[in-house]
Amino acid sequence: MAENADIEIKASQWRLVEVGRVVLFTHGQYTGRLAAIVEIIDHKRALVDGPSKKENAAVPRQSVALNNLIITPIVIEKLPRAAGRGAVARAWEKREVEKKWDESAWAKRREQREKRRNLSDFDRFKVLRLKKQARFEVRKAHANVRASAKSSS
Amino acid sequence: MHLRRYEGAGKEKPYFQRESKNVYPIVTRRCHGNGYRTQDAGSANNALEDLLRSCAIWVLIEWGSGRLNEYQVIGRHLPTDTNATPKLYRMRIFAPNTVVAKSRFWYFLMKLRKVKKSNGEIITINLIHERRPTKVKNFGIWIRYDSRSGTHNMYKEYREMSRTEAVDALYQDMAARHRARFRSIHILKVVELEKTDDVKRPYIKQLLSKNLKFPLPHRVPKATSKALFAAHRPATFA
Repeated sequence: MAENADIEIKASQWRLVEVGRVVLFTHGQYTGRLAAIVEIIDHKRALVDGPSKKENAAVPRQSVALNNLIITPIVIEKLPRAAGRGAVARAWEKREVEKKWDESAWAKRREQREKRRNLSDFDRFKVLRLKKQARFEVRKAHANVRASAKSSS
Repeated sequence: MHLRRYEGAGKEKPYFQRESKNVYPIVTRRCHGNGYRTQDAGSANNALEDLLRSCAIWVLIEWGSGRLNEYQVIGRHLPTDTNATPKLYRMRIFAPNTVVAKSRFWYFLMKLRKVKKSNGEIITINLIHERRPTKVKNFGIWIRYDSRSGTHNMYKEYREMSRTEAVDALYQDMAARHRARFRSIHILKVVELEKTDDVKRPYIKQLLSKNLKFPLPHRVPKATSKALFAAHRPATFA
């Protein structure tokens, strides 16, 4: 026991289902949209509300199974339990939920994947050409650096 | 099943507007339309507008939003020579549609009074809507149910958004735990528990603790792609 005495035990860094937690819909009509948990109904369901002002981003207040959601690292701190639509919208705006989400690597990756998925065959060809050009420029620069390094030494 | 007798039925106020406070602790009702009209198709007289309107009314009354609806059914014994104004009986019945609601009305009324379908009539049937369908509420439900070996009374609690959802959850729960069918369950009373102290059952109490939070520690993602093989094992933590 003595040798275990100096082991530091930390709480695990789970994202929690809690009031104010921002969630992402993964299934159903509102797939890809954000909402905040307003109240926990039970261990499988929550009441959520997504007061986004953007087009095709709002989620009406509803009960959703947690199975159909992913919880994000964003939390609206100190959101009162069962807050009304207006209060949720104000808190959403104040905490800049959508700005935080858009800046996250997760959202960018999602957006990129979505964009790639919708490319046509010609678009994919253009990507191939552009990547080749970019690669050529990078290699040219790299070769110059290497050559100058060799000559100076 | 809620049975309430209307006294002074001959007065002018319509039946569905009469309300007394001492019967139910909560009043969550809003009646739609003026009642159920069985003779709608005849009165429409082929006028498209009337037909559409009657269809819309019919749809509203017949099919609510969820799997179960709550209906207010008012019926009475047919007037006879000895009693020209029979007493009215009103029930709030949970049923998937009006056909079942009326059938349940007669089923319960026959158990309680000497009235049956062949010597009685249904006066109105309305759909009762939830007043606040986006508010999470705790409900206490008293039931009587016939098991394979006897009859039992039960009290259960549910946390839902509406009375009908609570009753629906009850039927699912009774089917799961006791293999009880719709026909063997009588709903005696459904009450919204407005105070947290009124909640008795630990399975609902645990959801009412302050600052409730919990992780979702093991999540198996639903298949996002149809690929047969994956290069990496899926992550099961959120």
